[in-house]
Amino acid sequence: MIETWISIILNILVIVFILGGTFFILSASIGIVRFPDVYTRLHAATKASTLGIACILIGAFLYLYLAHGIVSGKLLLAIVFILLTAPVSAHMIGRAAHAYGVKPHLKNRRDAYQDAINEYTENQ
Amino acid sequence: MAFQIVINLIIAFMWMFLSESYSVPSFIAGYLWGILLLFLLRRFVPDTFYLRRVIKIVRLILLFIKELFSSNMDIVKLVYTPKPDVEPGIFELPTELKSNWEITLLANLISLTPGTLSVAVSRDNTKLFIHAMHIDDSDASILSIKNTFEKAIMEVTR
Repeated sequence: MIETWISIILNILVIVFILGGTFFILSASIGIVRFPDVYTRLHAATKASTLGIACILIGAFLYLYLAHGIVSGKLLLAIVFILLTAPVSAHMIGRAAHAYGVKPHLKNRRDAYQDAINEYTENQ
Repeated sequence: MAFQIVINLIIAFMWMFLSESYSVPSFIAGYLWGILLLFLLRRFVPDTFYLRRVIKIVRLILLFIKELFSSNMDIVKLVYTPKPDVEPGIFELPTELKSNWEITLLANLISLTPGTLSVAVSRDNTKLFIHAMHIDDSDASILSIKNTFEKAIMEVTR
């Protein structure tokens, strides 16, 4: 009796993880369309999609364990690597955009990085 | 720290050979005995007990997962507001961390936490340039980054 309850709860967990993951990825893609400039779009693209993919992988891990009894270490490793690489790629895209001259969407606000670059070139 | 791990591994292998069962469970049992011995003899072994640092690493990871969840809630909320009143901007964060490794870790952690995204590192490695969704509370986020992440990273690496 208890075993069936546990398996039901675990199956619900699988559903919650996978649906939650797809929801986060959907929101990330809507955010990419809706936000005004490169940098704010990067916010959506890195954060929401990282958690979304991690949730889907956890759901897949649980499902494989429940349905087939496989403990798949590759899925867990994939989560670790996504957590490591997504912020690095976001950093590089943001820096490359700034170096290429893409202006941030500003409402009379400051851009400290541009100020620092200007100061550096003036001192040269 | 490395010395203590080596001692712990030696104790685990000794346990395997003494109990004459060469399997993973007996290795784990030996490792646990080694942790207990090192803990009891920590006054006579150089450096502090190494599990203390492991606990700090685990705490950093838990903090990171918590922040990841709250940042996702923020982003999802912003995505579904009809007219998001974001006021983005780039501010600078002076950091006390020195080595490349620490700064990389800090930049990665900043990128995955609410409302902030690291864009660049200054040439002399003393400042991080961070893009924020709400530039108005940049002072608050500087304080919170300094108090939580920088502290936690320093505790792990020093």
